[in-house]
Amino acid sequence: MSILEISGLAKVYASGTVALSDIDLTIQRGEIFALLGPNGAGKTTMIGIICGLVTPTRGTVIVDGKDFRQSYRKVRRKIGLVPQELHTDAFEKVIDTIRFSRALFGKAANPAFIEELLRDLTLWDKRDAQVQELSGGMKRRLMIAKALSHEPDILFLDEPTAGVDVELRRDMWRMVRRLRERGVTIILTTHYIEEAEEMADRVGVITGGKLILVEEKQVLMRKLGRKRLTLNLDTPLTAIPVELAEWRPELAAEGHELVYEFDARAEKTGVPSLLRRVSDLGIGFSDLNTRQSSLEDIFVELVHNGQTA
Amino acid sequence: MSDNNLRGVWAIYKFELARFRRTFWTSLVLPVLTTALYFIVFGSAIGSRMGDVGGTSYGAFIVPGLIMLSMFTESISNSSFGIYMPKWTGTIYELLSSPLSAFETVLAYVGAAATKSVIIGIIILATSTFFVEPRVDHPVLMMGMMILIAIAFCLFGFIIGIWAKNFEQLQVIPLLVVYPLTFLGGAFYSINMLPPFWQTLTLFNPVVYLISGFRWTFFGAGDVSIAVSMGALALFLAICLGVIFWMFRTGYRLKS
Ligand SMILES: Nc1ncnc2c1ncn2[C@@H]1O[C@H](COP(=O)(O)OP(=O)(O)OP(=O)(O)O)[C@@H](O)[C@H]1O
Ligand SMILES: [Mg+2]
Repeated sequence: MSILEISGLAKVYASGTVALSDIDLTIQRGEIFALLGPNGAGKTTMIGIICGLVTPTRGTVIVDGKDFRQSYRKVRRKIGLVPQELHTDAFEKVIDTIRFSRALFGKAANPAFIEELLRDLTLWDKRDAQVQELSGGMKRRLMIAKALSHEPDILFLDEPTAGVDVELRRDMWRMVRRLRERGVTIILTTHYIEEAEEMADRVGVITGGKLILVEEKQVLMRKLGRKRLTLNLDTPLTAIPVELAEWRPELAAEGHELVYEFDARAEKTGVPSLLRRVSDLGIGFSDLNTRQSSLEDIFVELVHNGQTA
Repeated sequence: MSDNNLRGVWAIYKFELARFRRTFWTSLVLPVLTTALYFIVFGSAIGSRMGDVGGTSYGAFIVPGLIMLSMFTESISNSSFGIYMPKWTGTIYELLSSPLSAFETVLAYVGAAATKSVIIGIIILATSTFFVEPRVDHPVLMMGMMILIAIAFCLFGFIIGIWAKNFEQLQVIPLLVVYPLTFLGGAFYSINMLPPFWQTLTLFNPVVYLISGFRWTFFGAGDVSIAVSMGALALFLAICLGVIFWMFRTGYRLKS
């Protein structure tokens, strides 16, 4: 069942910048969706429109069966937003800002829930501190706590791990998974491919305001994934033998490795024939391995093609 | 069940009043001090050489004007600041993404700012009793008008807060427009004291009608009739509400 349906969404800013052009996207209930794209791709704009910060030029958004304009109250009660930038008050106490956020979304006070939330985000010890006394990472967690304070069904995380250290990033990933277990749908944007790879069920690639691809992460990696065969040679080579030229392999590790990249989807991957030719030539190797290319490789390829197309 | 978010309104109202509470003493001392200074200078030093104005001692005569002067500036600055700050810090994202209607947003911010203005108005009135004999002919009407004028100027301040792109713009209207208009609007004199030409010109100053009406609730007499004053106040309220309605509908300087 879909929880979010975006259709024909477009945004042209007053400056004339076309930030989004005709986005169609459906998000399934309970999934983690990663929106991947370079700077200025339109990720923040898209989230801004859904959350009521940006007025769309065209298009509609349906959240849990409700139009986001006609039923804005119902829609917004379901949504939590963690924006890309750190925007916080300065003088308020941490716990007061969380209580405020919950009330702002029309929810009755619930001290037990707030305590659990703050403990989950390891902010409980800081509950009586002024917001300005928090570190950047703590402020980011505070913003997550604010977004979750009204128990939303959908959580938007706009680059949640920007400027966050490795440990906190792992904490955040864990938190996102816990939320998913509770049935929260999560839409996150990121520049970090590893993040999408680690977290997402599905990945959308956006560039130049166009959604150029939406795919199950597994399928995406399988479908688009190129593989790399690496042979660890017994004796290093100084040049590629002409007999191997048709495979166009490369040498790595100062001639100790022969690397061949191939399309895992192709009928003829070229691997068996290459190996046969290598042994015919009497080139010895002690080990071999193949590696699936990461989302990063895929991403770079896609964005590159998208821009040249 | 009617669809509303009164909890959200209450949350903002409390938040804003808490902000005022942090600066409680300065915001309390300032109007009291200003009032005292005005009374010393205008009430005692100059006022003793002035005759009565329409049967009222000059000291008592300026009380409504003094209250208005402080309330105008306080209303505008508090209300404009209240909505400008979240815009400036960026925390407005939360307000915009919340299930709050435009009316509720205005109710919360303007309500809080107006509350503070009314408190200050009452404090000034109380301070004045140390210097002059208080006399309020129509106390209920006086309170009603004080509240409505506070609301009107808080709405006006709200508009400025949304419109302003920087702190300078936030200050410029209160200092360059409202303060002079109030000063020239009969806060410290009856417009009957002016030469005929200036009397006519003064009638184009909207603040005249508000001060006159407020003064009427004290002494039963004003520069213009109370009905005209009420009409002017209603018009001012209506214009501010109209502008705010338009701002929210178009997302003017709130949304991109
Ligand atoms: N308020 C605005 N006014 C005018 N143009 C804007 C505004 N906000 C964004 N843009 C432009 O719209 C385009 C998309 O911006 P957006 O912030 O949505 O990108 P993004 O994918 O979130 O980028 P990043 O990864 O850097 O956060 C950019 O060209 C940007 O310059
Ligand atoms: Mg962004």
